[in-house]
Amino acid sequence: MINEHMQVVFDYPDSLTDATMTYCPGCTHGIIHRLIAEVIDELGIRERTIGVAPVGCAVFIYNYFDTDFAEAAHGRAPAMATGIKRVLPDRIVFTYQGDGDLAAIGTAEIMHAAARGENITTIFVNNAIYGMTGGQMAPTTLPGMQTTSSPSGRDVEVQGYPIRVAEVLAQLPGASYIVRRSVHDPGNINKTKKAIKTAFQVQLHHAGFSLVEILSSCPTNWGLTPEAALQFVKERMIPYYPLGDYKVAEAVKTIVQ
Amino acid sequence: MKELWKGNEAIAEAALRAGLEAFFGYPITPQNELLEYLSQKMPLLKRAFVQAESEVAAINMVYGAACAGARVMTSSSSPGISLMQEGLSYIAGSEVPVVFVNVMRGGPGLGNIAPSQGDYFQMTKGGGHGDYRPIVLAPASVQEAAQLTFLAFDLAEKYRHIVGIAADGNIGQMMEPVELPPPRPIEKRDRGWELTGARGRPRRIISSIYLDPQVLHNFNVHLQAKHREIEKNEVRYSEFMLQDADYVIVAFGSSARAAQSAVRLARQDGIRVGLFRPISLYPYPYARLAEISRRVRAMLVVEMNAGQMIEDVRLAVAERVPVRFFGRMGGLVPFPEEVLAEVRELEKSI
Repeated sequence: MINEHMQVVFDYPDSLTDATMTYCPGCTHGIIHRLIAEVIDELGIRERTIGVAPVGCAVFIYNYFDTDFAEAAHGRAPAMATGIKRVLPDRIVFTYQGDGDLAAIGTAEIMHAAARGENITTIFVNNAIYGMTGGQMAPTTLPGMQTTSSPSGRDVEVQGYPIRVAEVLAQLPGASYIVRRSVHDPGNINKTKKAIKTAFQVQLHHAGFSLVEILSSCPTNWGLTPEAALQFVKERMIPYYPLGDYKVAEAVKTIVQ
Repeated sequence: MKELWKGNEAIAEAALRAGLEAFFGYPITPQNELLEYLSQKMPLLKRAFVQAESEVAAINMVYGAACAGARVMTSSSSPGISLMQEGLSYIAGSEVPVVFVNVMRGGPGLGNIAPSQGDYFQMTKGGGHGDYRPIVLAPASVQEAAQLTFLAFDLAEKYRHIVGIAADGNIGQMMEPVELPPPRPIEKRDRGWELTGARGRPRRIISSIYLDPQVLHNFNVHLQAKHREIEKNEVRYSEFMLQDADYVIVAFGSSARAAQSAVRLARQDGIRVGLFRPISLYPYPYARLAEISRRVRAMLVVEMNAGQMIEDVRLAVAERVPVRFFGRMGGLVPFPEEVLAEVRELEKSI
């Protein structure tokens, strides 16, 4: 019971359902889901938000959010979100995509959604691996990193280089807000939430395309304990994928705080 | 009042009048005028138009807009329709209404930009992965292209299904006098499944994933029941001089025009031949064709391909009478005199 001497300091977000998440122990998808739900709650937009789900570990994201949701084909979420947003411009439309979905099979769709300045928000979860299919090499797999389809480690001479998505998209004039964050410790989790909130605010102000790339861990497919996986994000991923703001359009600067 | 319209533009205008709210497409010959026409008209009417980065993206934009409840369409030509099969399969699996137009050209591969009917299999047998078939309507004139396009939206919405217009380069490019249907207003509807934001109602999910095999089986049973319903209600065809016919030409779309001229020529020679023209390619008019096969001596199938619809004709005819084939490929169009020569051969062979 809450009385006048007590206050709520921690609660379950309204925008999450009470479904049990099916993510592996130590996976950071759950943290990112919660951050998005908190932002949707704080902005009061749950009843006008439509999510577009990816193919990958987050394929069942629609079970966890108490918002309308569509399930896209692999990589096509930005195209689907475009279709929804163009016919319902006053709704808030976001895609949630992993690195295989967004940076391999869906490269054209994300590039052109950004180039059009499509007024949608993309949450891009980069864990450098194909999680759901069992740990194959992703477009963001680090040089030398072992996966089930690069068993000797990614050889850049043969398999090419990982793609730095935030840096690439930031080059497009249509992109308004492109940043990279990480969820490997509480301080960075808070910064990630702030960026997600800004990204949704960009859309609320009709200010164009927004994307938050979030470095995430995959203990199961990296073959590491949850703690060691977070350490891997900090020590191995961040040097290749530096955190920061890659594009903050002038219009966005006036929106934020 | 009849006006002179180019096929592609008549289809576009008919779609507008049917209440088209969103169009997503990608340029490809010979359907470009359709996209160009809508690129001009849609913004004026404050309706959605996007020239996508590919046919893959275009069909997924269509999928998104359909999920949001909009009356939506795309158009393309054969190679582009191949690229759209992924999205079409998801659309079938999600049961959202979508109309697509295929202004068919010569294939396989890059082929050419001349008229063809080489996508009969792809259009009518599913096209993408899994068990579904779009409703397919094949116009034989610009007038009919406009009418069937208007109808396509009603059928798509009635069955929450895909409707494909199987046109070809002839229909898309030629000009004919057309009386267009009057425009109808766009009314906002909530049919209980659209994604519009969960305001004052439980959330809605549109998806084509059913991980549990039994659940996916049950969904497919439901989908097939819908197909049976479509087969019961939506068979369309046209007949020409069939009453006293000894021989029947079966042809659809622009091949049927050459066939109809051949019927006239043959009648002048005293050969009693008629034309059977399927308008709905799925559902195919098997029953009517079976009936006809019981009272004629032989059939000739004319197509602008290597013989695709002929498989459905043979299913209907069940070897009751001989079925001969005349096909032109590569974008060649059959001439009435060529078809007449085939009719004579058919007569001789009996």
